[in-house]
Amino acid sequence: MRSTKKTTIASLAVMVSGALLLSSCGSSDAGSSEASESSAGGEGKTVLTVSLFGTMGFEESGLFDEYEKQNPNIDIKYESTQGETKYWPALQTKLQSGTGLADIQGIEVARIADVVANQSDKWTDLSQFVTKEQVPNYLEWKAEAATTEDGKVLALGTDIGPMGICYRSDLLEQAGLPTDPAELAAKMPDWDAYLELGRQYKANAPAGSAWTDFGGGLYNAIVSTEETIYYDESGEPVWDSNPAVKEAFDTAAEAGQEGLTAKLEQFNDPNWEPAFANGGFATIACPSWMIGYIKGKAGDAGAGKWNVTSLPGGAGGNWGGSYLAIPEASENKEEAAKLIKWMTDAEQQATVFNNVGNFPSNKEGIALVGDTTDEYFQNAPIGKVFSESAEAAPTQILGEGDGVIKTALTNALLSVEANGVAPADAWENAKAEISNQLG
Amino acid sequence: MTLSSTTAPPAPTDRPPRVVVTEKPTWKQRLFRAEEKGAPYAYIAPFFVLFIIFGLFPLVYTAWISLYSLKLGSSNAEWVGLENYVWLFENPKFYNALWKTLTIGVLATVPQLMFAIGLAHLLNYRMRGRNFFRVSMIMPYATSVAAATLVFGQIFGGGSGFANWVLSFVGIDAIDWRNGDWTAQIAIAVIVTWRWTGYNALIYLAGMQSISQDLYESAALDGANRWQQFRHITLPGLRPTILFTVVVSTIGATQLFAEPLLFGGGTANGGALNQYQTITLFMYQQGWTFGFLGRAAAIAWVTFMLIIGLVLLNTWIARRRDRDPMETAAKKARKVAAKGARR
Repeated sequence: MRSTKKTTIASLAVMVSGALLLSSCGSSDAGSSEASESSAGGEGKTVLTVSLFGTMGFEESGLFDEYEKQNPNIDIKYESTQGETKYWPALQTKLQSGTGLADIQGIEVARIADVVANQSDKWTDLSQFVTKEQVPNYLEWKAEAATTEDGKVLALGTDIGPMGICYRSDLLEQAGLPTDPAELAAKMPDWDAYLELGRQYKANAPAGSAWTDFGGGLYNAIVSTEETIYYDESGEPVWDSNPAVKEAFDTAAEAGQEGLTAKLEQFNDPNWEPAFANGGFATIACPSWMIGYIKGKAGDAGAGKWNVTSLPGGAGGNWGGSYLAIPEASENKEEAAKLIKWMTDAEQQATVFNNVGNFPSNKEGIALVGDTTDEYFQNAPIGKVFSESAEAAPTQILGEGDGVIKTALTNALLSVEANGVAPADAWENAKAEISNQLG
Repeated sequence: MTLSSTTAPPAPTDRPPRVVVTEKPTWKQRLFRAEEKGAPYAYIAPFFVLFIIFGLFPLVYTAWISLYSLKLGSSNAEWVGLENYVWLFENPKFYNALWKTLTIGVLATVPQLMFAIGLAHLLNYRMRGRNFFRVSMIMPYATSVAAATLVFGQIFGGGSGFANWVLSFVGIDAIDWRNGDWTAQIAIAVIVTWRWTGYNALIYLAGMQSISQDLYESAALDGANRWQQFRHITLPGLRPTILFTVVVSTIGATQLFAEPLLFGGGTANGGALNQYQTITLFMYQQGWTFGFLGRAAAIAWVTFMLIIGLVLLNTWIARRRDRDPMETAAKKARKVAAKGARR
């Protein structure tokens, strides 16, 4: 009796441990069946997953709902990561493993050269789908930047980043500065004049309010008006010897050293967003996509307090902007390509601009938004401001390491304004960091 | 089995020795024997199988990767030998990260354990609502790190955060907690301390309850006040518990990751000057922000070695400490004897 009982217990134990083993090995199966389930969806619907960063405006403008209404067989699942510097590494991990990718992923313009040069095998060539018709509609540089040498179109453009200066007219008024966009623009023939206005502001400003948010933001705005930035046309890095980069860096460092900045690292400092509402800074270099940020973070209380004017000297430029692409691992490429085409059509881009300010990259879309004014910004003619900036913008040369270099220099500027590092030392630190990363 | 049967004392004489089996065992007997021998291994197998999959394999694979130059997003790895380690030991940022791990670790662990022991001592007395206080101790531990860090991020806000508001009453100007060097480290240490003090207090409390109440009573009779009781009864009695919490906190401090990451707004930089970049944050940055998987693997291995070193050091100290109680007991005995002699 005893021995049989023992045997039963032992065999039970073997069975249990075996089952444990099976279940632990089988978990990968469970994962993949889940994935195929989600792509099949309930009631025969196709589920398209969309993963973006920041406020790209599609969800905010209700476009996903509209597309689902027009295409009852499609179910869109959307998610967004706040900061691009957090979104990108996560996306790279997923690309590496080939799992967890959405059908549609956003790509920031500073990463597109890297994608085209090094990851063309991980993204779908969109020219094989309907999207080929879309390409001629884009601003030439926007489409070219996402096309490989052998003609693969890896991504379609959503928005571009023409720039202006956004400002709190109530704060400027308190400091005795002009609040009318045209008057303010007349006082700013160049960036030095912008800093000079900042000094005047600082002398009369309400306590706890700085002229601008962050030296890194100022730097990005200045450098984004240039044609050659970090790389030359042959693809060689020239940022170190490019006087335009150094000048922009020095100007921003000067602003930081003089205390004209609020020392709030954009997107990463938890106090950056509240400062839109509580008047922590009076002006911010304002790519069109910043419009949506301001509305979101300053909220209803900020309505009618903000305004927009053109960059110092009426310069044109481009800071940021994005693309949409389909990972090679996607199982719904055709449907995803249709959705991308629709999302980047002129009408949808115009809708996004009118709602959150992301400026169209589609030529017809640009024509549609020329007369847009924005109630939130005291009826400022944002369509006109950003169209002019886009028109005057030089065609920028993009390079593989744009994102890395930009991040390192921005970080160096934070160390100048927040930690009192000498600009020359900060520049050297950034240089070491960049050569460490780019080899 | 054979070993035990040979060393076993001779069987009682009224029973025949059972060892000698002359006929060949049947198939069933053999199976039974195999099962008897194999069962313990089967029982213990799940742990080892899971350990091999999730413990040993990653460890070995990481060591292998650390010898390659592998970029996140590309699939071709290039053999570089020990180059990643050379790069690491020549990198000032590595030493910076080590130093910051140490300073934040000390800033967080020391006050944490001291508060915990004090709280536990108070909770050990009879008082109204004792259970309520004991349970509420553990609340911070049950809170998610992310939520706690976000809240503390606001508290330590640059301009008008709660911390600055409180300091303004004692006439201290607003501090830029996040961007400063020591201030950021202190802020992070506060988060860690807040989260783990209650946990350690409960462990100490459990340790205190194993100390006999008689000792306190007789000490009170002899006129010892609470501080003297704490100093001369509680602390010596808690020695093994204290050692345990020190080991656990040291390991925890070496692996500090989520707090500095989230305090930095989700970036692994640890501030513009890496002023709060811990060693794990440095590893994460190399691997997932910059995409150097080989370098990250090398850092992981060095960290692993470091932790092993720390644990060995702790064990060594523990061994030395273990000898102490004997000596103290002997000393006490001598004292008592001396007292008795005086009488």
